[in-house]
Amino acid sequence: MTQAIRPRRVLELSRRSFGVLAAASVLAACSRGPQTASPDAPLRVLAINHVWTQAISRYLPELEERIGRRVTMRMLTADQLTSSFNVKLNASATDIDVMTIRPLQDQMLFARNGWIADLTDRVEGDADYRWTDFQDAPRERSVTAGAAVSVPVVTERPALYYRKDLLEDFGGAPATLDDMLDIALELQRRSEGFFGFVGRGQRSGAVTQWSSFLYSFGGDFTVDGRSGIGSPEAIAAYQYYGRLLHDAGPPGATNMSLEQAMPIFAQGKAAMYVDADAIYSNFLDDSISTVTDTVGFAPFPAGQAGSVPHNIPSWSLAVNEFSLLRDDSWEFVRWASSPEMVARLQSEGIPGARQSVWDDPATLASFPADLAEAMRVNAANGVGHDRPEVMQVGRARDIVGRPLVSGIVGEDVASVAADADAEFNDFLVRDNRQQEF
Amino acid sequence: MTTTTTTRAAAGSGSGSGKSARGVAPSGKPFVTFEQANRRLKWALLAPALGFVGLMIAFPLAFTINLSLTDAFGAVNAGSSYVGLQNFADALTDTRRFWPAVGRTVAFTLGAVVLETVLGLALAMLMRKAFRGMEIVRTILMVPLLATPVAIGILWMLILDPTNGIANHLLGFVGVPPQEFLGSVSQSLPTLMLIDVWQWTPMMTVLLLAGLTTLPEEPEEAARVDGANAWQRFVHIILPMLRTTILTALVLRGVDALKTFDLIYATKGPGGGSDFEAETLNVYAYGLTFDYQEYGLASAVLVLFTLFIVAVVVVLRRRTERSAS
Repeated sequence: MTQAIRPRRVLELSRRSFGVLAAASVLAACSRGPQTASPDAPLRVLAINHVWTQAISRYLPELEERIGRRVTMRMLTADQLTSSFNVKLNASATDIDVMTIRPLQDQMLFARNGWIADLTDRVEGDADYRWTDFQDAPRERSVTAGAAVSVPVVTERPALYYRKDLLEDFGGAPATLDDMLDIALELQRRSEGFFGFVGRGQRSGAVTQWSSFLYSFGGDFTVDGRSGIGSPEAIAAYQYYGRLLHDAGPPGATNMSLEQAMPIFAQGKAAMYVDADAIYSNFLDDSISTVTDTVGFAPFPAGQAGSVPHNIPSWSLAVNEFSLLRDDSWEFVRWASSPEMVARLQSEGIPGARQSVWDDPATLASFPADLAEAMRVNAANGVGHDRPEVMQVGRARDIVGRPLVSGIVGEDVASVAADADAEFNDFLVRDNRQQEF
Repeated sequence: MTTTTTTRAAAGSGSGSGKSARGVAPSGKPFVTFEQANRRLKWALLAPALGFVGLMIAFPLAFTINLSLTDAFGAVNAGSSYVGLQNFADALTDTRRFWPAVGRTVAFTLGAVVLETVLGLALAMLMRKAFRGMEIVRTILMVPLLATPVAIGILWMLILDPTNGIANHLLGFVGVPPQEFLGSVSQSLPTLMLIDVWQWTPMMTVLLLAGLTTLPEEPEEAARVDGANAWQRFVHIILPMLRTTILTALVLRGVDALKTFDLIYATKGPGGGSDFEAETLNVYAYGLTFDYQEYGLASAVLVLFTLFIVAVVVVLRRRTERSAS
């Protein structure tokens, strides 16, 4: 009997005490703990799975020695990366220090959310870093609300990939968009599975590549703060691109992004292909390409307004606002975007954003000669954005991509563009309100 | 034994006098009875599990409901204002994305689950009696179940690629013109249903086969003696006896099919395709969250979707219970 009673002392907790204890336990479990990084904590980089990331990771020991800290690099695809940032930074996560972001897609939103650190003093206050050496367009895209919040490391322009053997009779690569359409229509044998042209056709995914067609027809996504996609120039660009894919392109084009379109050209089933110049190495790799000897590279053809391709910073580095290693994170950014490293990586075939590096012919030696020339010309003519410059880029791309899809499936573009134009104007009003932060 | 007796005695006196129920410790301080101790101990032992359930189910649900009443945009931890039921009104009056997504969700689920049930039942009937090589057939049937939906999506994308895929190559041998499959606005959803049927029919087969093996043989034997043919025995004997199993399988697979996301996203990308042709409620809610960062509206859609699933489950469960009784 006594033995049975003894444990009751432990249970003499009142309900209130029990509640207080439980609440304290939960609070203790949920508390953040010390907000300083351990000396052994690695510098964590969450990066895009890209040739730039693979290249820079080979040089990491240099930085590790300099900062006395291990650097870990995790690579994800673009969609996974955006989702990871959304999930982690919504929770103010400290387990990311350096981020690769798409400045034209993510930066304005991330800056509004307070997720990326202001680097203005660091980039401008370091004479050796030479912030003004970065090309104007990429550097301007690094600034949001007056603050430099990212540093461009990879730049991108469209390139015209074409089959030299097939276009020889036409005098080589077309210089104008009209010539490109004529050649594509003449070379296509759709019933036999050969296409005059291949390109992205997905509603949202195609917008970035289509932008160069839009600019070259004299249009833009916005004009004086209002929608520009209902303009005659934009409708002409929609109709042109739609006809190119509808009459000379592969079936199922509206489901095609980079991953679907590129293999068609690499397998020798298309005469021409317009996509990012950064993917050129896929066509020179024997294991995945049958056109290694016949592929040629050319600048973007001229439309009614000349050749006006995009020239954008496709990937930039940013520092997580919640990082506990902000100084070391900046050291990483500084090192990875230094003139020496950019020159080194560009010599390996990864186009950077520093003008001094572009001015050095040695850094272009690794590119095929015609590609290097195409890149140089496109960079000189380029516009610094390839999608609407808004806060909510995803929704904007869905709106401006709608007439694009209509054109590709052979529907009337003008009426759809008028509808999308009205929708885009409503969207811009809402988006402008969101930008007031 | 002693302890049990003491507990009963304490419990019995507890209902009469509060003072004697608490008892008095030798030190003079009151102490809890075994019943009270048992009551508190029960909760103490249950606390971790209850806490886990509370954190993992109730908290996200409550958080989502709370978010659905705000205009949260960009980040959930950024400032937002309560807008009442505005997000629900926006969703329920959206005829461009929301209602078509509801329609596709229902069509995909019904189409896939009905086909899976019919085919699963047919296969289960075939495999009901032992035959040579049955183990091998069963193993092969299980293969689609082992792969992840994303891997299956990529596999079928390669097979069904309009230009480089083997499907059109094979169709060409029998004179069928090339099809766009997943690249077509009209063919995408039926194609996705068939891929789902390919993957999940084996699970229905396994569930229904398990039900078939538990059925008594006598009623069927009696019907056979009375001259009923195979079809009559199947319709009038086996199906009625198997009804509860079929309904249970329908609930399990139906709820799973309603939630299908990975297969659609892997094959069609954001928005379920260029014309939103395969956008179900799940894909729509994901797009609102991760592509548009409209957390308030996305939460409202998810709350509506949850209510929809709960309604389906309640209806199917009532039917199952009625059938069982």
